[in-house]
Amino acid sequence: MGTAPASGTRPRESDLSGGLDSRDTWGVLLTITTTRAPATDLGYLLFKHPGKVQSWPVASGQAHVFYPQATEDRCTAALLLEVDPVALVRGKGSPGQHGAGRHNSDGQQRGNEPPGITHYVNDRPYAASSLLAVALKEVFGTALTGRCDARPELAASPIPLEIRVPALRCAGDTDLATSLFAPLGWAVTASPVPMDPPQWGTSRYVDLRLSGTMRLADALNHMYVLLPVLDDAKHYWVTSDEIDKLVRAGAGWLATHPEKALITRRYLAHRRELTVPALARLAEADDLEPEELDNAVPDEGDGDAEPKPVPLAILRREAVLALLRESGARSVGDLGCGDGALTRHLIADKDIDRVVAADVSARALAIAARRLRLERLPEAKRASISLIQSALTYRDERLTSLDAAVLMEVIEHVDDERLPALERAVFGFAAPASVIVTTPNAEHNAVYGMAPGTLRHPDHRWEWTRAQFRRWARRVAVTYGYVVRFEPVGPEAPEAGPPTQLAVFTRTEAAA
Amino acid sequence: MTTSELAIPELSLVVLVGVSGSGKSTFARAHFKATEVISSDFCRGLVSDDENDQAATADAFDVLHYIAGKRLAAGRLTVVDATNVQAHARQPLVALARAHDALPVAIVLDLPHDVCVRRNADRPDRDFGPQVIRRQHADLRRSIKGLQREGFRAVHVLRTEEQVALASIRRTKMFSDLRHVSGPFDVIGDVHGCRAELETLLGGLGYALDRDANGLAINARHPAGRRVIFLGDLVDRGPDTPGVLRLAMGMVAAGTALAVVGNHEAKLLRSLRAGLSGRPEGNSPPSGKQSHNVRVSHGLAESLEQIGSQPVAFRQEVEGFLDSLVSHYVLDEGRLVVAHAGLAERLHGRASGRVREFCLYGQTTGETDEFGLPVRYPWAEDYRGRAMVLYGHTPTLAAEWVNNTMCLDTGCVFGGALSALQYPERNVVSVPAARVYYEPAKPLAAPSAGPPGHPARREPDVLDIKDVTGSRVIETSYLSRVSIRPENAAAALEVMSRFAIDPRWLVYLPPTMSPVATASSGLLLEEPDAAFSAFRDMGVGEVVCEEKHMGSRAVLLVCESPQAARARFGVTGPGAAWTRTGRPFFTAVLGAALLERVRAACADAGLFAELETSWLLLDAEIMPWSAKAGRLLRDQYAAVGAAAHAALPAAVSVLEAAAARGLDVSALLARTSARLRNADGFTAAYQRYCWPVAGLDGVRVAPFQVLASEGCSHAQRPHAWHLDRASRLAAGDPALFTATRRVYADTADASSCAAAADWWSALTAAGGEGMVVKPAAGLVRGPKGIAQPGLKVRGPEYLRIIYGPDYTVDANLARLRSRSVGRKRSLALREYALGLEALDRLARAEPLWRVHECAFAVLALESEPVDPRL
Repeated sequence: MGTAPASGTRPRESDLSGGLDSRDTWGVLLTITTTRAPATDLGYLLFKHPGKVQSWPVASGQAHVFYPQATEDRCTAALLLEVDPVALVRGKGSPGQHGAGRHNSDGQQRGNEPPGITHYVNDRPYAASSLLAVALKEVFGTALTGRCDARPELAASPIPLEIRVPALRCAGDTDLATSLFAPLGWAVTASPVPMDPPQWGTSRYVDLRLSGTMRLADALNHMYVLLPVLDDAKHYWVTSDEIDKLVRAGAGWLATHPEKALITRRYLAHRRELTVPALARLAEADDLEPEELDNAVPDEGDGDAEPKPVPLAILRREAVLALLRESGARSVGDLGCGDGALTRHLIADKDIDRVVAADVSARALAIAARRLRLERLPEAKRASISLIQSALTYRDERLTSLDAAVLMEVIEHVDDERLPALERAVFGFAAPASVIVTTPNAEHNAVYGMAPGTLRHPDHRWEWTRAQFRRWARRVAVTYGYVVRFEPVGPEAPEAGPPTQLAVFTRTEAAA
Repeated sequence: MTTSELAIPELSLVVLVGVSGSGKSTFARAHFKATEVISSDFCRGLVSDDENDQAATADAFDVLHYIAGKRLAAGRLTVVDATNVQAHARQPLVALARAHDALPVAIVLDLPHDVCVRRNADRPDRDFGPQVIRRQHADLRRSIKGLQREGFRAVHVLRTEEQVALASIRRTKMFSDLRHVSGPFDVIGDVHGCRAELETLLGGLGYALDRDANGLAINARHPAGRRVIFLGDLVDRGPDTPGVLRLAMGMVAAGTALAVVGNHEAKLLRSLRAGLSGRPEGNSPPSGKQSHNVRVSHGLAESLEQIGSQPVAFRQEVEGFLDSLVSHYVLDEGRLVVAHAGLAERLHGRASGRVREFCLYGQTTGETDEFGLPVRYPWAEDYRGRAMVLYGHTPTLAAEWVNNTMCLDTGCVFGGALSALQYPERNVVSVPAARVYYEPAKPLAAPSAGPPGHPARREPDVLDIKDVTGSRVIETSYLSRVSIRPENAAAALEVMSRFAIDPRWLVYLPPTMSPVATASSGLLLEEPDAAFSAFRDMGVGEVVCEEKHMGSRAVLLVCESPQAARARFGVTGPGAAWTRTGRPFFTAVLGAALLERVRAACADAGLFAELETSWLLLDAEIMPWSAKAGRLLRDQYAAVGAAAHAALPAAVSVLEAAAARGLDVSALLARTSARLRNADGFTAAYQRYCWPVAGLDGVRVAPFQVLASEGCSHAQRPHAWHLDRASRLAAGDPALFTATRRVYADTADASSCAAAADWWSALTAAGGEGMVVKPAAGLVRGPKGIAQPGLKVRGPEYLRIIYGPDYTVDANLARLRSRSVGRKRSLALREYALGLEALDRLARAEPLWRVHECAFAVLALESEPVDPRL
């Protein structure tokens, strides 16, 4: 992406008047040391004189390069990035520098988002992240290419190097720093930084120290790619030229890296095209992280305890489709359709001529709409599909007069106090001729090696044993005039039963 | 008909019938508002730019029918100005009127042929030949006799120019329209011949009975002028149908009662007219009479027998009375609707066969149950109208509110009770039946009971997705219209349905609060003086400055007992504690423990007794902040603190090393060192609001308002009243409750403002978050509308948590000053109005959807894009 992320934003007057002032910024630090005599040749390699203090405006603030140490034996260059936190929140890389936003993988929110996603209280001004990677490229651009006219042989030679990043966010796992840098020949020390207060444990930051002997350009490229990978920030904006950058910077080392897949995925990751600012604001109103509410569609890496690759999801879907076929249903509701995994197959089924796919999550619906490619379907087909926002605890006329409704892995996402409302809305009001419900069998969790009491998904409110599920289903059936039968889904374990349990409800008058 | 006064019911579709040139448009102009008249010529012009383009006729009538339909749906009299001389042109208009339950009325201008021809000739835009007029005339003549048969409820024919000139229109009220009659009423459910219980009930309601020489009750009068409304089914099944009729007829005649028709009255009337006597079921009706197909069942036999033994005059009187009964009444400015079997909102005040059907029999699904009785459609669950609807017809165990409707048939004749609702007081008064007079076809059940064989259980009140989604406008008594945008409703739906507690508990969400306007200079962003001057501008004199507790906002609904909870909210439990977005504040176990402590404290402080309530709704802050915002604190605040304290000391030390080498990094070093101190201030700020808790140990509750109790919203009371009650709680259970420190100030008195500002300075210097300044009186309506309910003034150290560790740096402060509180103020006011409205609706015991609508709307507004730092 070659244009500024802020180009679509209406500038705020205040920002225009304010401009960037390096006095209101904070510091992110990276130091590079060599002990190869004469160590001060580091200045040639970096194109920065050891006797000077130099500063440049960069997208996120101001970058400074200076040498805290410069002797024949040991020379250290420090890159101190002062990030402007106010400008960061207001959605601009750098007020007054609208042309400077050439780097989009800079951890910034997207330009058209209203303020509110990024807190003023933000680790970006302290922690090494994509902002530092971008600054690195701006300040040491030539060094990154490996060119050095003054000392070409030095640039081409491996030299002893030490790199320190005192605050580096390691998303997920502090050992990750080791698994990313060690294969490249670095000796890695990643000391976890304690929380503040320390009794809250360790934070997700490490004080990273690397030492190794390699070309300086390689070392810089490692940092350029791996800093953002470790940081793994949300609101990452990636476009096709990011892929080119990765290919260039990773030349010679990425292809053989054992964590290549993770590096590539994370570097190009978090393409949250569908931000849900409204929902995020509600999270903010309640002192929550946005993900705590906006979790209807799992992010990659979210803990789904079912083993992967999962034939179970397919088995479940096939079981549901077979039962629908058996029921002869021509109009089917996919209630709690999520990203449309089942909906796709309902649409493809020739025997089904009306599909109502409903979910309460706006994000899930947007993803489903994209995946189902609704706009590319022939008009007649398109007209037979409704993708609607609905909540199963409210009754909804649009869900009435269906032959069948499927609640596939839905009820366990509803608090048990709210289930009666769902029962009434689905079985009492929508009242399709048949209803198919699937839910995890908690007894089977032991087969997965899960500790007792743990749930398969963070948003599951409960998971039932077969007896619990059957008790519930029978009560619902009697209350609303259905008969119910049960079927196992997936390989049955001797004691624990199948991984998924399924109930087919048939309305009694429809059965007669 | 040649009268000069044409009676037209207020809700009619008036169809003008007359040949071209008969003067329909002139007549319409003279007697109706221009907007009431839709002419086919005009519609032709709309679709074709030529009023005489006959090719556009079909499209023009589509438009005409569409507009007329919209008007009738809105309950507006509508006049169709077209020739309408042919039956096939009139038929869709009759159908249209019926579809909207309005009355079709025809006004025929049957003027002499030559008059019409002359008038047409005078109009240059008309080129109709006399033969066209002649043909139309022929059609008209053929039509006139059959108009009534076509379905017109009134037909007025004007035959001469003189008659037309003398004619005037008199708009008549609909039979059901008693909006000008406002009560108070005692509305009595199905009596079914239970005279003794009726007399007892009337006595209990304070009526004195008048008796005739034989000691029979013939009237009842209330000393305060109250009136009875009988909801129909006075007759059949019970022991003394004539006695009940005698009393009811006497009361209606004396003006002490109103009555609507029930299905049993309708059937009795048909039987009486058919000349049936009280012979056992199965006897064929006497020959020679037109068959009315009346099957003598459902207790009709008893009535016929009982009436048969009465004098003929009484029998005739009964026939006249039954014939006079109307299907339903709309009373008290439209606030009350009575009908035997209830009435859906769109049919209120309307007139059609369908309206009568509904009033007599209710809505059925067309199915029958295992007892052979028609399955009733639960129309009341769908009901979303503002008018209270009272009805009977379906015997139930107890009278219960369902969406502002109540069925008052508590099955007296089946051994249940005879019930009345006192309106507007909304008290139910019942008299138990002396015995079972008639065996019910199926056992009585609660109105919302489960199927037979299962214990009666109250279903969750049904909320419909249409109650909350889409583009909505909510009328409040405080701001006339609060609009909700669809995208905000969508976000709220997601949170409400996935995370929020049961909507029956969730009666209220607290409004957001604006900070004071930003200080334009100095070292602070927020200063007390800004609050005092803002309230002065809003017309508020005395304000209370309340210490702002830094925890998490909580609303607590505390019930005296699980039974009380069930009776009032339909949920069994101790109540609920929820957050600003309606999520449960604690886990179920901890929440229950908290509510029990709060309940005990409220009981000890005498709050339940004082407010004569079995539940209380409290607005509070629960501390510590870390108790609920733990994850946010760890991931956001503590993490930033950790990163800052890892990065900045390292930066300081490399800068010091560089300085030692003689490099000029002094400015950078000074900045970085200052930043480290700010980071220290930042971590100190959030750690002040964090402390470990174990269960409820360490949890502190600071209540600041008693929002509501049974029948009463307290949100508009002075804050001193609230704080006094909060102090009583704190005195009773000091381990749990924290009192709120406060001072009062007069915005017109500089010295009292200065003292309050000093108080704030001391408070924040000691680590307090800040204060909230509120109008001491509670709700204040100033010259520019209602005043802000409160403005917060936050302390400088606390604001590091909001604006970041380094916000105090001059250049940052300068930029932050540009923040604008306008949108936040508007949002705060809208949410405040919705909150007050929710409490009012709760106090009036309005239906769940009406209360939920407001709470939902607050949540929706919270998702509007407003700077969350404010």
